Amino acid sequence: MLRVAGLHAYYGQAHILSDVSLEGNAGEVVVLLGRNGAGKSTTLKSIIGLVRPAQGEITFEGRRIDGLSAHRIARLGLGYVPEERRIFTDLTVMENLEVGRQPSRAGAPAWSPDRLFRLFPNLGEMRNRPGGRMSGGEQQMLTIARTLMGNPRCILLDEPSEGLAPVIVEQMAATIRELKQEGLSVVLSEQNLHFAASVADRATIIEKGRIRYTGSMAELQANDAIRAQYLTV
Amino acid sequence: MSFSAIVIQFLNGLAGTSSLFLVAAGLSLIFGVSRIVNFAHGSFYMVGIYLAYSLIEYFGRGSALGFWGAILLAGLGVGLIGIVVELVLLRRIYQAPELFQLLATFGLVLVIKDVALWIWGAEELFGPRAPGLRGGIEIMGRTLPEYDAILIVIGPVILGLLWLLLTRTRWGTLVRAATQDREMVGALGVNQAWLFTSVFALGAFLAGLGGALQIPREPANLLLDVTVIGDAFVVVVVGGMGSIPGAFLAAFIISQIKAFCIGIGTVEVFGASFAMSKFTLVAEFVVMAIVLVVRPWGLLGRPQAMPRHAGAAEERISLASRPLSMAAFAVLAILIVLPATADTYTLVLLVDIFVFALFAASLHLMMGPGGMVSFGHAAYFGLGAYGAGLLLLKAGLPMELALALSPLVGALGALIFGWFVVRLSGVYLAMLTLAFAQITWASVYQWDEFTGGSNGIVGVWPAEWLTSKTVFYFMTLLLCGASLWLIRRIIHAPFGYTLRAGRDSPLRADSIGIDLRRHQWIAFTIVGAFAGLAGGIFAFSKGSISPEGLAIPRSVDGLVMVLLGGVQTLTGPVVGAAVFTWLQDEVARQTEYWRALLGLTIIGLVLAFPQGIVGFVKARLPARLGGGL
Amino acid sequence: MSVLKVQDLAKSFGGVRAVQGVSFTVEAGELLALIGPNGAGKTTCFNMLNGQLRPDQGEVELGGESIRGLAPREIWRKGVGRTFQITATFASMTVIENVQMALVSHDRRTLGLFARTAGLYRKEALSLLDLVGMADQSERPCGVLAYGDLKRVELAVALANGPRLLLMDEPTAGMAPQERIALMALTAEIVRARNIAVLFTEHDMDVVFAHADRIIVLNRGELIAEGAPEAVRANARVQQVYLGSGGHH
Repeated sequence: MLRVAGLHAYYGQAHILSDVSLEGNAGEVVVLLGRNGAGKSTTLKSIIGLVRPAQGEITFEGRRIDGLSAHRIARLGLGYVPEERRIFTDLTVMENLEVGRQPSRAGAPAWSPDRLFRLFPNLGEMRNRPGGRMSGGEQQMLTIARTLMGNPRCILLDEPSEGLAPVIVEQMAATIRELKQEGLSVVLSEQNLHFAASVADRATIIEKGRIRYTGSMAELQANDAIRAQYLTV
Repeated sequence: MSFSAIVIQFLNGLAGTSSLFLVAAGLSLIFGVSRIVNFAHGSFYMVGIYLAYSLIEYFGRGSALGFWGAILLAGLGVGLIGIVVELVLLRRIYQAPELFQLLATFGLVLVIKDVALWIWGAEELFGPRAPGLRGGIEIMGRTLPEYDAILIVIGPVILGLLWLLLTRTRWGTLVRAATQDREMVGALGVNQAWLFTSVFALGAFLAGLGGALQIPREPANLLLDVTVIGDAFVVVVVGGMGSIPGAFLAAFIISQIKAFCIGIGTVEVFGASFAMSKFTLVAEFVVMAIVLVVRPWGLLGRPQAMPRHAGAAEERISLASRPLSMAAFAVLAILIVLPATADTYTLVLLVDIFVFALFAASLHLMMGPGGMVSFGHAAYFGLGAYGAGLLLLKAGLPMELALALSPLVGALGALIFGWFVVRLSGVYLAMLTLAFAQITWASVYQWDEFTGGSNGIVGVWPAEWLTSKTVFYFMTLLLCGASLWLIRRIIHAPFGYTLRAGRDSPLRADSIGIDLRRHQWIAFTIVGAFAGLAGGIFAFSKGSISPEGLAIPRSVDGLVMVLLGGVQTLTGPVVGAAVFTWLQDEVARQTEYWRALLGLTIIGLVLAFPQGIVGFVKARLPARLGGGL
Repeated sequence: MSVLKVQDLAKSFGGVRAVQGVSFTVEAGELLALIGPNGAGKTTCFNMLNGQLRPDQGEVELGGESIRGLAPREIWRKGVGRTFQITATFASMTVIENVQMALVSHDRRTLGLFARTAGLYRKEALSLLDLVGMADQSERPCGVLAYGDLKRVELAVALANGPRLLLMDEPTAGMAPQERIALMALTAEIVRARNIAVLFTEHDMDVVFAHADRIIVLNRGELIAEGAPEAVRANARVQQVYLGSGGHH
C-alpha cells in the first residue's frame, strides 16, 4: 500500500535521513521506532509532502507521490496526524472536523462527525468547545478524528503517545486497534516500546537517519540483542 | 458645540468609518492567512478611487446604475489586480523571511504610484456626487448628505456579510484554520495556494471598494496610498490584528476622533488659539498609543506571534576575520585619499552614503541584536535634522554645537517614544514605531510657525571652516566612522549580548534576571542618538530640511538598506546603504518614473537575494573569510 | 526551615479553577516530583512559583521570605534556577556564551557598553560546563546542539547563580530513555552535593520513580496524594486518574 525506498533528506547541511526504506501493507499497523532525533518525524513528513526529500521514491497504492504537494497527497487518501497535536485552537471541535472533511472514497471507511463521536465519546460532549480549551488527551483524540474526516485509506501517526498520561495512552492503543479493525492501514512513529508492542504488527527501527532493523513485532520482542542495542528501555 | 452639532459630527464620523473599515478588514484578513503585512494595501485603495473615477466618466456621470456599477467594478478590478499580484509576486516569496515580503510589497507601492501617475496624471481628480443622492437629510436643523447616510449603512452590512462568510461557510472555516496553522491545513488536503489567492483577492477587493466609495467625498490623488496605509495600520493595531469586529470598532473610534477634531474647529485655551483640525493625525495616534499601552494586542485582538528575526536564523556574531579587517582598512584608506582626485559630485554622494550608512547601522543595532523591527526610524533621523536646524536658526547656537546636540534631540525623542514601544513586541511594536513617526511627521508638517510646515527650513549651512566640500567630507567620514566603530563595540559588549539574549529567548532572559524592557528602552534611546546624528549631518550637508526627511518613505529606505545588506551583520547595512544610496541617485537622474524603477529594483532584489546581499556573498565565501562579515 | 513552602495556592482563569488549595514544602537536597494528568494544573502551579503567573490566593515562601507576585527575574535573584519543558537557550550564542550571559547578569554587568563579552567569566563558565559534562562542546553554537546536550546547557545556566532551589519543568521531555536516566542521575548527584532543593514535573514514570525522593499528585487543580514513591504508586486514586493499570512498567 505504502512503499518508501532509498529516501534521503536534509535540513540545511544536516543529513537527516539516509537511504530510508519502509513498507506498509493494507490493513496492517507498522511502527517506526527510534529515539528522539532519529528521523522518525522527518520520515513521516517526507511521506506526506511537508519535507521535500532530496532523493528516493515514495509510492502510495502504486502511484509515485514524492514531489507532490501535501494537499494532493492527502487527497489521495493518505492521512497525517502530526506530533504536538496542532489542532486549531480557535476553532470548535465541529469546525476542526470540518477542516479535515474530504469526499468519501472507495475502499476506505467513511467517517462522519456522528460516527467519530461513537469512537471518541468525549469529543461528542464538547462539539462547540474551542480546541484551545480542551485537555491534552482530548486534543490528541481530536487530531486523529480530524484526519479521519478525510476518509483516508492509510494514516500516519507521529508519536501519538508523547506527553500523554499513562491512562490516556491505554485509550490511545485501544483506538488504534479499532481503526485497524475498520480496515485502515496505520504507520506510526514511537519511542514507547510498550505502547508500540500493544498495537503494531511489524516494526522498523531507525537510528541516526538509517534503518537498522525491520521485522515482525513478535520477532523484535523476542530479540533482546536488537532491543538492547537500539532501544534500551 | 451644540447638541445638534455633536449629533452631526457623530454621523459624519460614522460615514467615515465604512471605508476605513473596508481597508483595515482586508489588511487584517491578508495578514492573518499569509502573515504578510501588505504595505501596498493603501495603494489598492488609491487604485480603487481612480478606477471608480474613470469608470464613472466612461458610463456617464448622470446614471445611477452607472455610478454604482462603476463602484462595484472598481472594487472587482482591484480584486483582479490583487489576484495578479498574488500569483506573480507573492507566491514566489512566501518562503522568504517576512520582512523581505514587506519590502516587496513596498516595492509594489512605488510601482503602483508611478503607474497611477502615468495613467491619471499628478492633478487631483474630483468625482461626481452620487446620482439621486445629491440632497441632504435634515437632522435637528442641520443637513447630513444623503450619500453619507448610505455609507453609514454600508459599513455594518459588510461587517455582517464578512462575519457570515467567516463563520458560516466552509471557506471561512478554512481561512480561520489557516490563520492559525497553514501547513496543517495543507496536510489535511486543502489547497493552500487557492486559499491564499482567494483571501488576497478578497482583501484587495475590500480595499478597492473602500476607495471607490469615497469618490464623491474626496478627490483621487497620489498621496492617498501612504496616508491610507498609515490609517489602516492604526485601525488594525487598535482593533487587534486579525479581528474583523475589532477593525470595525477601531475604524469607528478613529473616524469619530477625526470628525470631532474637524468639527470643533479652532479652540481658545489660555488666550492661545489651536486649530483642532490640524491635530487629527496627532489625536489619532495618541489614541493608538493609549490603547496599545492598556491593551497591547488591540481592543479585540489576541497575542500574536511575530517573526523576531528577518534573516534565515539568529546567526552567531563573531569578531572580524583577518581578511575582513584588512578589507575594512583598505576601504578606509581609499576613502581618505579619494578627495585628492574625486570631483565635488562624488564627494557629495559619498557624504550621503556615510550618513545613510550610519542611519542604517543604527537601525541594524535595533533590528539585528535588538530584535525590534522599526517601521518609523526616520523619526529620529528627522528629529536630529530639525533639532540641529532649529537650534542653529531659532536658538542661534553655533553650528558645531547645534550639530553636537542633534544626537541628543534624536535620543530624547527615542526616550519618550521608546517607553511605549518596548511594551510591545513583533508586528505591534513595528506598527507603533510607524505611528510615532507619523505623529512626528504630522507635528512638523502642520506647525508652520516653528518648523516651516511643508516648506521646511532653509539656510541650515555649516560653519565657515566646513563650507569646503572636502573638509565637510572628512568631518562626516570621521563622525560616521567613529559611530560605526562604537556600534560594533556595543554589539560585542555585554549590553549587545543582553539584547541578543532577549531576542533569542525572552523566557530564558527573564529567568536569568535580565530586565529586558529596560535594556530595550536604553537600546532604543542609543539608536535614536545615532540616527539623530545622521540627521544632523544630513541637514548641514544639504543646507535645508523638509518634512520628507522623516516621512514613511525615508523609514522604508532604512529598512531596504538593512534588509538588502543583511540584518544580522553590521557590514550588511553599510553595504546596503552604499548600494541603495548610489542606486537611488543613479535612477533618479535617468527618468521621471524613478519610483517605479526603484520599486521594480527592490522587488527584483528580493526575488534574487532573499537573504540579503551580504548573506548571499557569505554563503559563497569560505567560512574563514566570512567571519564577522 | 524548608527551602520552599507553598500554602493554600489558588488560581482561576475566567471562572475555571485551575489550581486550588495546594500546599507543600520542598527541603534542601530533596527531589520532589509533581505529577498528574494533562490539564491537572501542574503548569499553572509551576508558573505561580516561578513568577510567570500571580496567584489569586495563597503564599509562596523561599527560605521563609515571601516571593509571591515577584517577577521571574526577581525570583531568580533570590536564588531560584529554572529549566524549561522545551529548552530555552540563546540560539545565536555558543554554549559557553550562554553560561557567561547568566554570570554577567548575576553580577549586574549587562549594561556594559565597551567590554568584550567573550572574555568575561570564562573560567567560571567552563567549570560549570565541566560539571554537566559539556566543557568539550563549549565553543559550539547552541543552535546546532543535540537535544539532550541542550538540556545539559540549561542545567549549567540554571546553576550559574548558585541557586537554593531548582524548578525543572519536564526535564526529560523529548529525550531518549537512556538519556533521561543519565540526565536525572546527573541532576540528582549535583543537587545532593550542593544541597539544592528540586521541584520537577515529569510524565515519564520511570524517571519519577527512579529519582524522586517524594511525589505529589495533582488532579483537577487539587492535591490528591503526597508521599514516598512506593506509597503513591500503590494509591488507588492515583492509579485510577493517572497511572492506569500500566503504572508499573
